[in-house]
Amino acid sequence: MAKITFITQENETITVEGNSGSLMELAVNNNVRGIDGDCGGVCSCATCHVHLSPEHMETVGSPSEIENDMLELDDNVSEYSRLSCQIQLSEALDGLVLKVAN
Amino acid sequence: MDKSQLNDPFEQARLEKGIGHMNDQGDPVQMLLRLKDVRKAAHQWKSFQSGGDEIGRIVIPSEEKIRDIRQIPFEVDPPEHGEYRALVDAWFKRPLETEYQEKLHRQIESLIDGIAQMDSVEVVSQLALPLQSRALTLLLNIPYEESETWIGWGTHVFRSEETSLDGDKAAILYDYIDAQIDKAIANPGDDFYSVLLDADFQGRKLTKEEVKGVMILTFAGGRDTVINAVTNTIAYFAEHPESLKRLKKEPEIIGKAVEELARYFSPLTHMGRVVAEDTQVCEHAAKANSRISLCWASANRDASVFERPNEVVLDRKMNPHVAFGFSHHKCLGATHARQILKTLITVLSQKIETIAILDSKENIEDLDQFKRKVGFDSLHVQFKPMA
Repeated sequence: MAKITFITQENETITVEGNSGSLMELAVNNNVRGIDGDCGGVCSCATCHVHLSPEHMETVGSPSEIENDMLELDDNVSEYSRLSCQIQLSEALDGLVLKVAN
Repeated sequence: MDKSQLNDPFEQARLEKGIGHMNDQGDPVQMLLRLKDVRKAAHQWKSFQSGGDEIGRIVIPSEEKIRDIRQIPFEVDPPEHGEYRALVDAWFKRPLETEYQEKLHRQIESLIDGIAQMDSVEVVSQLALPLQSRALTLLLNIPYEESETWIGWGTHVFRSEETSLDGDKAAILYDYIDAQIDKAIANPGDDFYSVLLDADFQGRKLTKEEVKGVMILTFAGGRDTVINAVTNTIAYFAEHPESLKRLKKEPEIIGKAVEELARYFSPLTHMGRVVAEDTQVCEHAAKANSRISLCWASANRDASVFERPNEVVLDRKMNPHVAFGFSHHKCLGATHARQILKTLITVLSQKIETIAILDSKENIEDLDQFKRKVGFDSLHVQFKPMA
């Protein structure tokens, strides 16, 4: 079980637990505002954009080329941007804090 | 085994030049064919505009001659575009609600039950058109019976069988919408017309013309696209019964299957933009006030991004397709369309054993340099229900 915290654009903090699936699915199942996941997680819609904190970047890893191409054209992109549908939940992510980008 | 196949007529041009050419009623179009170029141009709304004075020009074939009402938010550029979009976004997300999904499920189930025992079903007129029309009553939140009127209009509100642009048919839709708006003014309810009439925009209410612009977009954008998607889905499962069996066993991949079928079918071939000032697209000159198009159908077969692009890979994991467009103007009705396909596949996988194609007539789009199959004018099948 990993504990994940989402901070929305309205500064609402939502901490939830999960052990499988993607971070996008976790957010959608818990009604995190700003994470829509329209395409269901196939990296086609960029409606699950989050910012990681710098210290978590190494644990989570960098985006793939396809994900990067999507992020490049999204609003509020930064070096800490990821699409949460492309991050799988695991014990290693316990304590992760994500800021919803849009 | 090839009736359900949709070939990629753009491959050679996409690889060699990255662009194609189409002469649409004397107003030429440079078609962008590569995924990255398409996405970039879709994103650059300042350079490639949707909201110019020539209403109807970004649609290809151009509707300039048959329409003078601006479709909203489709033919508006940021920042105004975003303000209009904010008014309607939540409404178009209603397909995510359980009650909506249950109603849609009942509609589709009863349609399939009604035709499953027939010796021959013409899919376009007996399944796709009624399905699309009935589902639209949910999107607009109006009585189910209204769908009978729309079914009577035929498969496309602008196109008739004789000509690709039919002003008379367009007038039927526009007059109908005028009458419905007047009805909603006289008797406001909880339907989409009334919601729009009551919406606040820049400190005022929307005008009748603006409401009409949103309604035309809602009717036109989701008609032949959904009809083609539904018809192509039936043809695909007819020739791939193993896929239908798999989805019955693994319903958790239906979401991915919907994205993949949308990519493969690309029900909307392309959408135009007007070039704001002299520039280049894919290293070709694009003159101010000329048109380009974002060719979703070609971009969705770009082998530099998609492995095995001409195959339907039901559980494709990375699928950055643009079947619903991209960036600011991405399809407003996508949530509704996805829910329709999801429900259709669910119902088919639970109720239908196999589908046999009896006869078919392809619907081929003539894009000058390219001829693209988008679906069927008619598709006769026989369903075999589960025992």
